[in-house]
Amino acid sequence: MSAKIVTMTSGKGGVGKTTAVANIAVALASTGARVCCIDGDIGLRNLDVVMGLENRIVYDIVDVIEGRCRLRQAMIRDKRLPELYLIPAAQTRDKSAVSPSDMVRLGEELRNEVDWVLIDSPAGIERGFRNAIAAADQVLVITNPEVSAVRDADRVIGLLEAEEKGNPFLIINRLNPSMVRNHDMLSAEDVLDLLAIRLIGIVPEDENVIVGTNRGAPIALEAKSMAGQAFRNIAQRLLGQDVPFLELDNRGGFWARLQRIAGRK
Amino acid sequence: MDGQTFPIQIKGLRDGLLITIGNGEWATLESALLEQIHAQQSFFQGARIALDVGSQILRVNELVALRDRLSDRGISLWAVLSESPTTEKTAQLLGLATRISKPRPEEARQFAVDDLGDATALFLAKTLRSGMRIEFPGHVVVVGDVNPGAEIVAGGNVLVWGRVRGMIHAGAKGNTSAYICALDLSPTQLRIADEVSAVLRPQNNPRPEIARLNKEGKLQSAPWEPS
Repeated sequence: MSAKIVTMTSGKGGVGKTTAVANIAVALASTGARVCCIDGDIGLRNLDVVMGLENRIVYDIVDVIEGRCRLRQAMIRDKRLPELYLIPAAQTRDKSAVSPSDMVRLGEELRNEVDWVLIDSPAGIERGFRNAIAAADQVLVITNPEVSAVRDADRVIGLLEAEEKGNPFLIINRLNPSMVRNHDMLSAEDVLDLLAIRLIGIVPEDENVIVGTNRGAPIALEAKSMAGQAFRNIAQRLLGQDVPFLELDNRGGFWARLQRIAGRK
Repeated sequence: MDGQTFPIQIKGLRDGLLITIGNGEWATLESALLEQIHAQQSFFQGARIALDVGSQILRVNELVALRDRLSDRGISLWAVLSESPTTEKTAQLLGLATRISKPRPEEARQFAVDDLGDATALFLAKTLRSGMRIEFPGHVVVVGDVNPGAEIVAGGNVLVWGRVRGMIHAGAKGNTSAYICALDLSPTQLRIADEVSAVLRPQNNPRPEIARLNKEGKLQSAPWEPS
């Protein structure tokens, strides 16, 4: 069994890379898959906080790469799901502590240990980004329905094309259906129209995501949450299942909804 | 310093410098390298280098010594490339890379086309994304979109079979009869020769348009009419 390595990146900061990694990891792990997340944001580590594993860190990714510990020692086991692990970033170092070839080596080693490796990329298109995508089999580009985030996502997709990283998938995060309805926000169609890559998920804006992030309890664990469901759907699609997109705009008459459904495919 | 008489060649890479060392006795070569580094201290300061040592066989102690000497000078040795399996093994033992990734295709591509006259066109069958810049002395034809943040600078005309939302400069060398046409012309900015226009509005019902300089020398776009 060889793991699939998936990198989450965005170009722009603050669009939800870390939250998405934590949630998709939780969703994949709840299907019984063995999942390992890697925090690629060396010097600004967050993923451990979002996953609620901050107080368990002993070794980090730089310790593994520089040979101070074995891979297994740096893999922190999640407190909720038995087959979910995190390799945290080093907080006291910077991006230059790791090179793209180190990441490839680490990825190859992890392939025998788990089924999925999710790498959280730092914002930007510099060294940290290069490190994060070096080992990836599949890149997920996440963006918000905002002009600036979409512009950066477009730049990142261009860089991925230049690196011949295959076709990235798109996640549109924090979509607010009522703002879209009032033409105050780009719609998913507007974003897709520009970026023209395969869409793998639309996550609605939901303040409970922030609550979950602060508590270290990813929203994908909550069965009733729409945003959680959206993340679970992304995980299902990564697993190769054909899951219909959520009906986010549940206002409007029956006829309007029917038209939207008919118009989508 | 004359590179020709020197057995050491230096090349810039995406993530550092590639230093190729010729054949000869290692001790001589090493001191020659260090000498060169000393001579150009400010250039090498903080550099990250990959060393191509050809068929040179290096032992652990030699490589360690070199790495230390380099790091004393503020240079980090990141990779050692070699045809010799012994040297490769040594490098791996020290945790150095033994292969460097291929150079990234350049984002700002410039094409040198000489003496082909007005008939030359660059054909691009892809969408130009943010950050991509195409420069070409002749005409440019794009089958795909030109996204916001992408730029095309052409000596001649620019034709886009798709949406234009980025920046296009036609007749960049001063050709005032150059034109830009697209299926949907909603650019961030258009330029023809020395004229700049930023007042083109996004279209609700996109239709093919052609932009050129009018009699007053102002940039103007008009719907394309089959004639």
